[in-house]
Amino acid sequence: MTPELGALVGAVVIFTFFAVQSPQFRSARGIANWLDPASTLGIMAVAVALLMIGGHFDLSAGVLTGTTALTVGIVAVEFEQHIWLAIAVALVVALAVGFLNGWLVTRTGLPSFIITLGTFLMLQGLNLGLTKFFTGTVTAGGIASASGYGGAEAVFASRISIGGAEVRIAVLWWVLFTAVAAWVLLRTRFGNWVFATGGDAVAARNVGVPARRTTITLFLTTATAAWFVGTTLAVRLTSVQANAGIGQELTYIVAAVIGGCLLTGGFGSAVGASLGALIFGMTQLGIVYLGWDADWFAFFLGSMLLLAVLANRLVRRYAEAAPR
Amino acid sequence: MTAGDGAPLLELRDVGKNFGTVIALDGISTTVRAGEVTCVLGDNGAGKSTLIKILAGVHRPDRGEMLLDGRPVSFGAPREALDAGIATVYQDLAMIPLMAIWRNFFLGSEPTRGWGPFRRFDAASARAETRRALAEMGIDIRDPDQPVGTLSGGERQSVAIARALHFGARVLILDEPTSALGVTQAGVVLRDITRARDRGVGVVLITHNPHHAHPVGDRFLILNRGRSLGSYAKGEVTREELTHLMAGGRELDQLTRQLERPAG
Repeated sequence: MTPELGALVGAVVIFTFFAVQSPQFRSARGIANWLDPASTLGIMAVAVALLMIGGHFDLSAGVLTGTTALTVGIVAVEFEQHIWLAIAVALVVALAVGFLNGWLVTRTGLPSFIITLGTFLMLQGLNLGLTKFFTGTVTAGGIASASGYGGAEAVFASRISIGGAEVRIAVLWWVLFTAVAAWVLLRTRFGNWVFATGGDAVAARNVGVPARRTTITLFLTTATAAWFVGTTLAVRLTSVQANAGIGQELTYIVAAVIGGCLLTGGFGSAVGASLGALIFGMTQLGIVYLGWDADWFAFFLGSMLLLAVLANRLVRRYAEAAPR
Repeated sequence: MTAGDGAPLLELRDVGKNFGTVIALDGISTTVRAGEVTCVLGDNGAGKSTLIKILAGVHRPDRGEMLLDGRPVSFGAPREALDAGIATVYQDLAMIPLMAIWRNFFLGSEPTRGWGPFRRFDAASARAETRRALAEMGIDIRDPDQPVGTLSGGERQSVAIARALHFGARVLILDEPTSALGVTQAGVVLRDITRARDRGVGVVLITHNPHHAHPVGDRFLILNRGRSLGSYAKGEVTREELTHLMAGGRELDQLTRQLERPAG
């Protein structure tokens, strides 16, 4: 009953498929290329997976990467502040949104799907409205000229030479985040509470698990991941569109589900979500390397998702169709 | 009454609880002594669930008092009742089907190792302790890593009881532990109850089955529509009388007479 087993098999199959046909795909440079989209997606997918295991969705996670990226740009450029201050302001904004999501979900008992859909739409409007208000355009740019940009670039957007290829630092952050998340989930009290809260919140509370606090912490975690990825985008691109991040929220969920997360909560894996993101990155670039039409990407992803959901259903049956 | 050897572990005096205008419980008194089984019997809607929730710290009573070791107590949360040694095994068992037995066993009370940010869930000792605690109760679990959902209803009850005892429960409240079980499995659970009793635990057995209550009970409290229909010690009441009281008692007698008169 390892949740990530399916994703692991899938990742190996997909890697083999593309690597056999495309020397470019299996070269060090090629690997660095497809690791890049996997990394920022992976950081988000891991946080979203923890939240899903805890029994909730965060549809505002995608647009929040845009919100934080825009905040960095606007505070650093329009308000002419040091970039680290801008990044700190963006963190406060992200945590406020995460807390609002968590607080509303735990206070009202309404499905997180609908509550975060509300915050998603609100942020979408705010991103456009405030960007226009402060910059007069729909882009927050000129971040490279902000004071302290060099330091932020080293942390969020530098490249490291590994085996002759330039690997983006986000890949290292992704590996680190995945390792920490897996450890927290499987080897700490909090991790046990996450599984329990997602499995049955009432039962968990009855044995003394602080289910509310666990849920709010998980929403703060997705918000923090969105802040990290948003900051990476802002520093890397130096110019952010007001619609950045929109639509990504479902991609995170797809990666988490391919990684073995049950939509109903209580089961899943951080490593699995990362493998889901890896499958995403490999397929996205593999299709390009093979010279196929990029339209096949969506079709392929959809079929992976269906396969994963069918496999996950068997898991749930195994655990719950027990003799009474 | 003062605290001392004579004081029961837990005592309820004229406890009552309202929900809005509905009187869920009124004038309930009973005692739970160490090494004894107090049975609470009642049909659906008799107030058994409300009584459990008061004992477990989920609800605060509106009237009357609750004494632990002879001293008045008031619980604001289930955690406080647990810390006072009152453990409740709910009908739904408060276990997570998708989680491993050992994870469930220590849920909410996970042992940790290490310090600061490296403080971690001591999985190795949790597994070993789970196996040992279950073995002590005579429960043979093949693999503590299997999900609780794969256990039978009786096995789940046994695990839940073993868990409560492992965490030092002095009072063990069991909510309808046999209601969903077949005859053999119910027997296993009743055996677990007597084992808990023999360890000196005060057991509160909530049930609507007098055939399960009578053989293990030392004291019987019969509830009907939130009120007590009577409190009996072992030997004061037969199984037939319990059944009769359960089935509505005096109300049923009256109804029977009313129905019989025109016919007779």
